[in-house]
Amino acid sequence: MDRDQTAIEGAKDYARLVAQWAPKPNVPLLISRAFLVGGSICFAGQFVFDYFRQRQPTEVEAIALTLATMISAGVLLTALGVYDHLGELGGMGAAVPITGFANSMAAAAIDFRREGMVLGMAAKMFVIAGPVIVYGIVAGILTGLVATLLRLAAG
Amino acid sequence: MIYFWAFVVGGLICALMEYISLKFQQLTPGHLLVGLTVTGAIVNGFGLYDRLVEFAGAGALLPVSGFGAAITRGVMEEMRRLGWEGLLTGTLELVGLGIAAGVLFSTVAALVSAPRG
Repeated sequence: MDRDQTAIEGAKDYARLVAQWAPKPNVPLLISRAFLVGGSICFAGQFVFDYFRQRQPTEVEAIALTLATMISAGVLLTALGVYDHLGELGGMGAAVPITGFANSMAAAAIDFRREGMVLGMAAKMFVIAGPVIVYGIVAGILTGLVATLLRLAAG
Repeated sequence: MIYFWAFVVGGLICALMEYISLKFQQLTPGHLLVGLTVTGAIVNGFGLYDRLVEFAGAGALLPVSGFGAAITRGVMEEMRRLGWEGLLTGTLELVGLGIAAGVLFSTVAALVSAPRG
């Protein structure tokens, strides 16, 4: 019994030590980096958005083409190995824009190709993109349903 | 001016998500992206997110909340055109092009580039 007690105390001491010595994240620095990297990606994307807005008949088509162009750019930068550095620098600033969504697809596809073309490359491509699409579609349908019902109820 | 707001609004959304990821370390980037996408989809129920896109352009469109908002916008536009059928056909109206491009180019990238790590 005594030995158990000692072991528990020892584990608690160890946990305390780990918490004490673990590097504390520099929160303001990480947040400013996320702001700068995320902001820069959106700033660059604005040129693409403007380009398509001037040339497409409707805004819907401009949005679809802007998203597709930025996704393609994200895949290209991932394949070239550039997006990894952006991720290290910006954290969520690189992950949150749609280029980060593209990065999650391309990086997984490239890294898991060695596990096969079906269960490796193709399946792992949607490890992060899959949940985003699934919950995005479910939320879109439910929101559309509720908004329409409310509109009908209001007359 | 819209370039300035694209930078600021896009940066702020990313900074907020970075803050949440530091504050709640049990949440993975996957959880945060799903949460932000769903938030964008819900907020756009009455076109609120579309107004943010009008104001900040790509700064609102490119974070994944814009992706979610684009799904809802597709649903609403197709419902106006087709009725209830649009509730389902509209989901990929705006984002389908991007997803298809992502799948195609990711597959090509996996075939031509060497795995790292």
